[in-house]
Formats: sequence, structure tokens, C-alpha cells
Amino acid sequence: MNQSNASSALIELNGVRKRYNVGLPNEAEVLHGLDLRVKRGEFIALIGPSGSGKSTLLNIIGLLERVTAGNYRLQGEEVNSLDDAGLTLRRRTSLGFVFQFHHLLPAFSALENVTLPVLMAEGRVGAKQLEHARELLAAVGLAQAMDKRPSELSGGMQQRVAIARSLVMAPPLVLADEPTGNLDTASSDDVFFLLRRMHAERGISFVVVTHDPRLAARCDRTVELIDGRIARDEPVVYPA
Amino acid sequence: MNAWLGFERRVALRFLREGRMQTLLIIVGVAAGVAVIAYISALINGLQSNTLAKTLGAQAHITLRSPDDVVLPARPTLPQGTALTETQPRAQRLRSVVNWQALLPLLEGHDNVAAVSPLVSGSGLALRGEAAQAIALMGVDLDRYDRIVGLRSKVVSGSARLSPGEAILGRELASDLGVRVGDRLTLQTGLVSDSVRVTALVDLGVKDLNRRTVIVPLRAAQSLLGLPGGATGLDLALKNVWTAQALAEDLRRQFPYKIESWQENNAQLVSALNAQSVSTAIIRGVVLVVVVLGIASVLVVSVVQKRREIGILRAMGTTRRQILRVFLVQGAVVGAVGSVLGIALAVLLVWLFTHFVRGSDGLPLFAITLPLATALQVAFIATLCGVLAAIAPARRAAAMDPAQAIRI
Repeated sequence: MNQSNASSALIELNGVRKRYNVGLPNEAEVLHGLDLRVKRGEFIALIGPSGSGKSTLLNIIGLLERVTAGNYRLQGEEVNSLDDAGLTLRRRTSLGFVFQFHHLLPAFSALENVTLPVLMAEGRVGAKQLEHARELLAAVGLAQAMDKRPSELSGGMQQRVAIARSLVMAPPLVLADEPTGNLDTASSDDVFFLLRRMHAERGISFVVVTHDPRLAARCDRTVELIDGRIARDEPVVYPA
Repeated sequence: MNAWLGFERRVALRFLREGRMQTLLIIVGVAAGVAVIAYISALINGLQSNTLAKTLGAQAHITLRSPDDVVLPARPTLPQGTALTETQPRAQRLRSVVNWQALLPLLEGHDNVAAVSPLVSGSGLALRGEAAQAIALMGVDLDRYDRIVGLRSKVVSGSARLSPGEAILGRELASDLGVRVGDRLTLQTGLVSDSVRVTALVDLGVKDLNRRTVIVPLRAAQSLLGLPGGATGLDLALKNVWTAQALAEDLRRQFPYKIESWQENNAQLVSALNAQSVSTAIIRGVVLVVVVLGIASVLVVSVVQKRREIGILRAMGTTRRQILRVFLVQGAVVGAVGSVLGIALAVLLVWLFTHFVRGSDGLPLFAITLPLATALQVAFIATLCGVLAAIAPARRAAAMDPAQAIRI
């Protein structure tokens, strides 16, 4: 582990390949030997056309899928050899997820959704953790909607709850899969602004998959995938 | 705050609450199953206890008699020879159990024996005026015999007392002879006759017995039947009636007497009770299987419906074991809540049976109760079945690929 070194890579992918249906007639390679490094505190936009492998790459980074070939180091640790329980534990402690369709649990209130990762990890939610969750919800502008169920919230509000939930365990990296894809322009801007603010305030790294060039242009770095290969990887240059 | 299964409990309860109608239906199903099992158990137990009480109320749990007289060969058969014999069975005469006085404390000392009563029994005639009735004459020590068949509780007229010269009669016999308590009648055997005063009339539960039974003091019967100091048998009452067969076999190994348990004397009744027990067990088993299938099917549907939620939870770091436990807890909750409601329903059914189901005489048929131990046992088994029913759906949920589940 190499967590103490702030300049070290948070994520390191070397020659990563992903094949589906291995050994079957319909075997297909989706990622063809990717190399990618994400440093601590970076805010990266992952762009590319549909079918280019963005979600697969995000799933691999998020430890939801395994690489077929190549190496993946998360916080300096080789994760290919971890078993399911090991991957699950790393997901719990090192990663936050924000999905396109918010994916909140409908049976839980906004506050309960945010505290779910804590409950899952410790079996209970202490007063301090509850207060932390309240603060997070207040920070995303939902101080008045903590006890509301997801069905009582607008799409933008639901996505804010999902963002608060992704931050509650204070992970070093948050992965967002088209977090604004299901929102109107105004809500999109709000949610994206919120992500940037959380990044600025908390120093958390973000990898955001987006189709929206406007939003990609507001990230620090753009990685473009085309046909399972990195076609472009460059910092965003802001106009002077 | 207890953190044990905190996450699993919370998520399981919310999942159940979310699918309210589905949860309600399956809980009602479990409750109905538990109620049927508990009620049938109570009913059959009540029925069997009643049948046993009626049957064993008038007889001993174990009887000990003299061995039958047998014809013995005049000489042993030669090993190399073949003997062609035809034997006429011997007529059985009235005989006393050898050394019964010494046997009495020996049997009484046995852990499972509640009471031992010597008796002298034989046949005779009861005469009153011109009426004569064939009788079964029994000589007993009243206190001892009362502990065997509860004679005092069967008195319908007079008071049970057996001093010398007194007798207790079966109700029908008294009616046939036209005697009442306080009247005298003559008892006659092949040898002697004696006059006795009737002190009580009893209902032994079987009319045929009531029509034949005359109970007199032990000494009076010994003198009437020509067995001075003898006893034709010893009757035993046990603390646990179901151990009678084993104890009888044990005693047969120890003593050279003719010893029989109530099961051997009532083989048909025992077969009927066994058939009832087996039928009840089959019904209980089938109902349990239905309950298990019901819970499992609802949880399978729940797993399919909650694929996305399971995927989210897995993505956030919920382990496979936690997901497994979420569904096992759901099975346990459905089983436990269904059990509580089912037991309550069974108690209601038992109450309804006790209060409203009457025999042709207008009296309650027989008492049935749902013992706490039975209720707890049924509830425990149903809850366990809930957990078992949840295993397959839970494993399916735990095996779900989070990446795929989220994409749905």
C-alpha cells in the first residue's frame, strides 16, 4: 500500500483488456489494452460514443467487474487477486458510486439512504454518523427533505441524495456514471456544480462518465474512449 | 444499541414493508398453516387423551396374573426321535399368585409405578328375591384399588365404603336386581354364599361392566372364591401410561407370571391411536411443506423485483453474506409473525370447539387445550421453516452480479 504518498496514483490500469463470453462463439473484447492513471484529487471526464466501453471501464475501476487481462492497482494495491469479499470491502471503503438513475432505495428516506453504507459497515448508525449524514444532505441543499422518500423528490434532488450517499464513507474516489444524463439542463448544471464543489471542498477524486461536452469541458482532464481504446487523454484548457 | 444483524434486519423489514400486500398474504398463509397444525395437534391430543382416559379409567395399566396351567409332557422328546402328540388344553382353575404379599412392596418400589392393588376375581351369582344375575366378583382393598381406577370418582350413588359385609355394585346390575344403596343381596359362588349390604353404585364407563361388577372386600372375595389369603392378580397403575409395554416386558423377564400391559389388552385401540398419530403427522408435514413453498415463492418473486436494489447494495459494499442474511431474516420474520398469528387463531379455534361443539347429550364432547409447549414447538418449527424456505431465494440474491443488476 502506498496511501501516504500524495503524489502517487490512486488508480493505475496497465494493459487492461476486458472480454465477455470468453470461450463462447460470441466472445467479444470490449477494452483493448488500456493504460490509465488517476491521481489523487483529479476530476476526470470519461467521454466517448455509446458502446465505446466507458461503462465497462467504470465498472472495472469500481471493482464491479474483473479485468480479463492486464493489471489494476487501487491505492497501490493489486486488486486482480482479491476474492469477492475483498473486492466488496474495497468498494465499501474506497469507492463511492453515483449512477445515472440515482438508484436510491425507495423504501428508505433520503437520510436513511445516505446512512445505508454506514449501517452496512457497522450494523448501526451512531449519533455522530447521523449528524455527518445530515450535514452532507444540508451541503447538497436538502436540509428540508431529509425525511422524504425518493418518490417524493424530483430527479435532481434524488441525484443530490445519491451524491451525499456516495460521500458518507469519505472515499478517496467517486465514480459517477452519467450522473446528469437523466436530468434537464438546469438540474444537470446544479448537480455538476455540486460535484465540483464537493471535489473542491473535500479533495475527493472524481471519474465522471458523460455524454455532455459542456460538462466535460468543466472537468480537469478528459479521457476519450473510442472502440475500447483511449483515443484522447488530455487536460482541459480553460480559456484565459 | 445492538449492532447484531442491524443492517440485515433494517433492510429485510423495509423490503417486507415495501411489498406490503405480498407480505400480508404470505403471513396470512403461514398463520393459516400454523393454526391448522396447532389446532389439529390439540384436537388429536384431546381426542386421544379422552379415549385413553375413558379406556384406562376402568382398567389397570399392567396386570399380573398366575401363569396358565399347561399340559407338560410325561417325558422329554428324544433328540433323534419324532413325537406325534395331540394335547387337550387344560381347563384353567382359579389360582392365587404365588407369594403375592412379597411381590407387592417390590413392585411399589419401582420408580414408574404409581399404585399396586391385589385383587381376587372370579364369577358368581347375585341373588335378590327371585332375581339372579351372573356377576364378576372382585375382592379389593378399596384404597389401593381406588388409586388404580379412581373408583371413588365413579360413584353415582351412596358412598364408597368396603367394610366386611359390604359391597359396591355396578349401576346397571343394581337396576336389574332392583336394589338401592343400603339394600342387601346375596352373593353366591360355586362353594359358598354370603349376604352383603350395598354401600354405593358406580358407573365404570362401560355398560357391560356396570351390569356385571360386584366389588367386595378382599377377604370376603377370598372366602367366597375359596382362596384364603390368596390374590388372583395384582393390578398396577403407572405414572406414565406409555411406558406400560416396556415395563411389562421388563417384569416378564424378571418374574414367572402372566404380565400384560394395557396396550396388549387393547391392541385395536393402540392401532387406532397410532393410525391417528400417523395421519396427524402426515397432515402436519403436508401443511408445513405448503407453508415452506408459499414463503419460498413469495421471496423468489421478491428477489426478482428487488434485483436493482440488491445490485445497488452490492455496489455500495454489501457482502454476499449480508444479502443472504437479508432474505433469511425476511423468511424468519414472515415465519415468526405468521406463527404468532397462527397460534392466536388456533387458541380461538380451541375456544370455539370447547364452547360451541356439543355431543348429543348437550355436554361438551371432550376438553381440548393447546399446551404452551406445543404452541412454542409449532411456532419454532414454522419460523425455522421460514428460514429454510428463504435459503434458495437468498442464495439466488447473494449470487447476483451487481454490475448486471444495476444495468436492469
